[in-house]
Amino acid sequence: MSRQLPIVARTPFPRAAGPQLADAQLRGNLRRATRTIRDKRAAVVAEVPDWELLRDRAAAVKDDVLDRLPQLLAQFEAAATAAGAVVHHAADAARANAVVADLVRAQGVDQVVKVKSMATQEIGLNEALAAVGVTAIETDLAELIVQLAEDTPSHILVPAIHYNRSQIREIFARRMPGFAADSDEPAVLAAAARVYLRRTFLAARVAVCGANFAVAETGSLVIVESEGNGRMCLTLPDTLIAVVGVEKLLPRFADLGDFLRLLPRSSTGERMNPYTSIFTGVTPGDGPQRLHIVLLDNGRTTVAADPVGRAALRCIRCSACLNVCPVYERVGGHAYGSVYPGPIGAILSPQLTGQDAGANRTLPYASTLCGACYDVCPVKINIPEILVHLRQAGKPPAAERAAMGLLAWTMRDRRRWRAALRAARAGGRPLRALTRRGGGRLRRAPWPLSAWTAHRDAPLPAAESFRDWWSRTHGR
Amino acid sequence: MRIALFVTCLNDALFPQAGIATVTVLERLGHTVEFPAAQTCCGQMHANTGYAAPARELERGVEAVFAGHDAIVSPSGSCVAHLRTHTGLPVYELSELLVDVLGSIDVGASFPHRVTYHPTCHGLRVLRLRDRPLRLLAAVRRLELVDLPESEQCCGFGGTFALKNAKVSGAMLADKCANAVATGADYLAAADSSCLMHIGGGLARRPGAPRPIHYAEILAATPGSGPVP
Repeated sequence: MSRQLPIVARTPFPRAAGPQLADAQLRGNLRRATRTIRDKRAAVVAEVPDWELLRDRAAAVKDDVLDRLPQLLAQFEAAATAAGAVVHHAADAARANAVVADLVRAQGVDQVVKVKSMATQEIGLNEALAAVGVTAIETDLAELIVQLAEDTPSHILVPAIHYNRSQIREIFARRMPGFAADSDEPAVLAAAARVYLRRTFLAARVAVCGANFAVAETGSLVIVESEGNGRMCLTLPDTLIAVVGVEKLLPRFADLGDFLRLLPRSSTGERMNPYTSIFTGVTPGDGPQRLHIVLLDNGRTTVAADPVGRAALRCIRCSACLNVCPVYERVGGHAYGSVYPGPIGAILSPQLTGQDAGANRTLPYASTLCGACYDVCPVKINIPEILVHLRQAGKPPAAERAAMGLLAWTMRDRRRWRAALRAARAGGRPLRALTRRGGGRLRRAPWPLSAWTAHRDAPLPAAESFRDWWSRTHGR
Repeated sequence: MRIALFVTCLNDALFPQAGIATVTVLERLGHTVEFPAAQTCCGQMHANTGYAAPARELERGVEAVFAGHDAIVSPSGSCVAHLRTHTGLPVYELSELLVDVLGSIDVGASFPHRVTYHPTCHGLRVLRLRDRPLRLLAAVRRLELVDLPESEQCCGFGGTFALKNAKVSGAMLADKCANAVATGADYLAAADSSCLMHIGGGLARRPGAPRPIHYAEILAATPGSGPVP
């Protein structure tokens, strides 16, 4: 029996958004948090005079990777193997989970520590390991909060963004062994997590990580994090298992420069990333002595073959698009039903799974196409364009198809359009008389326009259309 | 200069005053406006909702109707953005035409009201209108311009988004309306009737809120031009 991947939405987006919109606490938490990060990002990006050039170059490098994926994967595998790593290939989530589970069990342990990783979230690795009796402990503070709460992440970079500090104190008090603090000061909470995690690090023999970048030229993996907990996982245990999406490749080591400038400013709003770990294979006597790299496809090759949709694979998981998205700000990450929420999630989840998976087909419609995401994307993914592209493969209700077809038919011909304008005006006349007190606006309309009037008045057709005015004033 | 007007289907049917105001301003400046009567719709709504084939037919229709015109003006940021990305037509949003092509900042308007301006998403992020509409409004006599808080946030319209994701759209609208009310303005102006239809429908339910107005109507207003609807 196959479990549903954590990138498959169970509930159609409009329905999933409802309870989130009604949660005043969540709305407040999200509003505060996204605005803080958004403003920080805008300030540090404005400091970089060649930002647009960096974006163009980074997009071109990623497109080159997608063009030469098989060749670069082979180059990466050869270099990593030569440096002492063992490279595995996983076509899908089930295969990747099985490979990791076997590697963990081969070490005879029932507990692993984890570096924050979207790839392992995507495949549901923690649940797969739990099924074979292995406990995976998240060591990124925010991931730890989410894990202790038995919740799911709601943001790519800040998975616990939907909690405020008093909610976090409650979670710690309920679930963290040995937690005794009665304060919700961030320093107190962080100190408690540090004590708990320190014990875990020292006992760990196997760690699991992802990678922000994988350099084909050298076989190196690069991990970018803020807390130093990742580095503990990367250096203390004997065995390290990295699960890396195939699109994380960069051709050359020198390509890292641009990306390490783009990523921190876009994600955390920092000029430079605090802990950047770059490691290549195994170094005898230093760090993990067994390095396994699981290269994960899980739909990526299919996405790379779509000339429009493939740009989604440029993504470096910075979250800038989430932080500026007016839809994300109001509904949070859980409404998207995927570990990839927000604008990037709306184009990534349905492409990775295929649009028929669960309710993923509803995700490309979860946007006004306002374009704020495209403006901030450090690798220039034209998210609105891909949203529209995915809508083209949509399966709208028959009534909508009929209405849109009728409208297009009417508008293809000036005579039909003019007749429709006059019919609408005639139909609107009695309504206009009825709604005179409301300024000629309709307060309540029958389905499907009730969706409109639930939130706003509807206009009535003008007493005289523009073209009739033109004929009257400018006609012969 | 001879300028062809693409009025847009929405303005034609529901908001003719935006088109009339565009004609009024350009004629007052001494230009000749033409209205090719075979025009209908640019296909934006179909395209954005995923109906690529009918959208393409409508785009081709606009191309055929306006072939041979050197300058096309439209009082709709989103329709101009759509035509610019999907056709090769020389189409300008009204403020682009006035500021960049005609060099007319002061169009001789007078509007004795407090006005706030909402820069719509397509005007802001596709056309990059920047301060063009604001420069035009700032040159209007007796007009008091006030800043709209969080002006760059989308109002939540998004075409069929407003129906498909009605609750989220309503939540975005509520925030936009609250910001508009906070300005104490008499009017909320914008360069797109579709956003104004959505915002205006929300403002109508809030007592004391600004009234929606296309900024072309402000540019068309003169001391003798009578009351604005």
